[in-house]
Amino acid sequence: MHDTYTILREIADSWVLLAMTVFFIGCCLWAFRPGSRALHDDAAMAPFREPPHLAGCSNACLDCSCARTLEDLK
Amino acid sequence: MEYAKLFVLALIALLAAIAADWGRDLAYSTHAVIIMLVAGGLFLWELRHVDEPRQIAHAGEYMDGPIRAGVIATAFWGIAGFLVGTFIAFQLAFPVLNFDWSEGFANFGRLRPLHTSAVIFAFGGNALIATSFYVVQRTSAARLWGGNAAWFVFWGYQLFIVLAATGYLLGATQSKEYAEPEWYVDIWLTIVWLVYLAVYLGTIIKRRERHIYVANWFFLAFIVTVAMLHVVNNLSIPVSIWGSKSVQVFAGVQDAMTQWWYGHNAVGFFLTAGFLGMMYYFVPKQAGRPIYSYKLSIIHFWALIFLYIWAGPHHLHYTALPDWAATLGMVFSVMLWMPSWGGMINGLMTLEGAWDKIRTDPIIRMFVASLAFYGMSTFEGPMMSIRAVNSLSHYTDWTIGHVHSGALGWNGLITFGCLYYLTPKLWGRQQMYSMGAINAHFWLATIGIVFYAASMWVTGIMEGLMWREVDANGFLVNSFADTVAAKFPMYVVRGLGGVLYLAGGLIMVWNMWMTIRSPQSRPATAQVPAE
Repeated sequence: MHDTYTILREIADSWVLLAMTVFFIGCCLWAFRPGSRALHDDAAMAPFREPPHLAGCSNACLDCSCARTLEDLK
Repeated sequence: MEYAKLFVLALIALLAAIAADWGRDLAYSTHAVIIMLVAGGLFLWELRHVDEPRQIAHAGEYMDGPIRAGVIATAFWGIAGFLVGTFIAFQLAFPVLNFDWSEGFANFGRLRPLHTSAVIFAFGGNALIATSFYVVQRTSAARLWGGNAAWFVFWGYQLFIVLAATGYLLGATQSKEYAEPEWYVDIWLTIVWLVYLAVYLGTIIKRRERHIYVANWFFLAFIVTVAMLHVVNNLSIPVSIWGSKSVQVFAGVQDAMTQWWYGHNAVGFFLTAGFLGMMYYFVPKQAGRPIYSYKLSIIHFWALIFLYIWAGPHHLHYTALPDWAATLGMVFSVMLWMPSWGGMINGLMTLEGAWDKIRTDPIIRMFVASLAFYGMSTFEGPMMSIRAVNSLSHYTDWTIGHVHSGALGWNGLITFGCLYYLTPKLWGRQQMYSMGAINAHFWLATIGIVFYAASMWVTGIMEGLMWREVDANGFLVNSFADTVAAKFPMYVVRGLGGVLYLAGGLIMVWNMWMTIRSPQSRPATAQVPAE
């Protein structure tokens, strides 16, 4: 029975190192898979898909669609 | 349910009262009194509201209350932390400021951890909690999960800060840098942090947006990793449950390695990953255009978390740590340069086609300067982790300068930018009260950082060279006191840099105050998440 240090050391610089490197490279390659561009462009727009700013709005615009949304939510 | 709450609060107050009486040291008894007062106050508050109909929160609105509180807390702790930092900078230049009457409470040794924890955990932590709650709701189009749990996270974290800060002044410390609080404060933080994780994950799970936006990846990595680091580095056994003293489970070089695995990843995941989460949301929002490359942000994320976790051993060059471990830390630190600069480029290039905003928009200018400091300190850091450079720089003030160019430049400026973005939004104002004041703040902060970093480079390298200088016979030329005397002018310049930075912070607080109190604005109303 080896001491714990040696065992951990051997696992760490062989299989674990290999597994983590493969996982990391896999993650990077996965980002470049075909068809990912549309998904990424869509995801990048997420911060801008915020709801219309309703603060201080009286839901009285001629073509108001917010009032209905509010009703739906309630 | 209400009665169970009352019973538990009363029990906590009673136990705290007993602990205050039986406490074996002043810090522990003081903390017990604080907990007793908090639990007792909550008990009375609950009692007065018993059987009252509770207001049911509108599930269709964002939960911005804890974020507003977090924005104010960030500004408050920021000023407190900068003030203590500036004071201890002058304590180093003028030792007479370690007053006789304050010895054992407010001398440099007691105030220094107060400063580091106040700026990193109180200022930075509150900024991270507030912005992460803001970002996760907006990018998930969902209200925060868990009802009042978000309020528990906010107030629980403030209690942690108060316990940690008073503990330092009264001498309760486990002597681990950036992890000084003793065992019961650590346990409390663990509870608060797990609730934070639950609120954050819960909100992401019930999101109405298809993607988990990349800012949330960074925030989530920050929350999960800090939980892991905190628990492992604080494994300790209290000497008595009625006292603050505890004994570490690890000893010797294992303890040192665990501490710097924690310490460096506190930088990597608290001060980097979390703040990158801010960057990936607020820079695109303020610039009005999506992030330069979403693919790059994914690579940035995976590379950062895969590399950072191994960089810690570079704090332990030339120690009892095995050479292979120190080399591993060094190599990973150098590799880290790549994802760091990838992230910086990603943030800066988001302004492509809108570069004029650097001139016209002071908030964008703050973000850009912050990214520039991020790039600078993530180049300096890997360089200093190289063993040969480290033999000159370690234990000198160069390290302090490096930390501050990262903390004041990157973390500070990006937080100010976020506060300037959030304050008008959260209180329903058009914009900040004074744009000129933002400008003044920007220049005060930037010049302050330049004073700070430049003086620390000079004094650090001078100090390192003086320590290693030997005469023809191989004897050391300088005594330690010689270096201290030679450093005096640079210490004064550093203190002045701190004064400028603090002055900028005070201008920001005035600006926030005027924005929030300004009477001509319309009232704040919560936004409704999108379908």
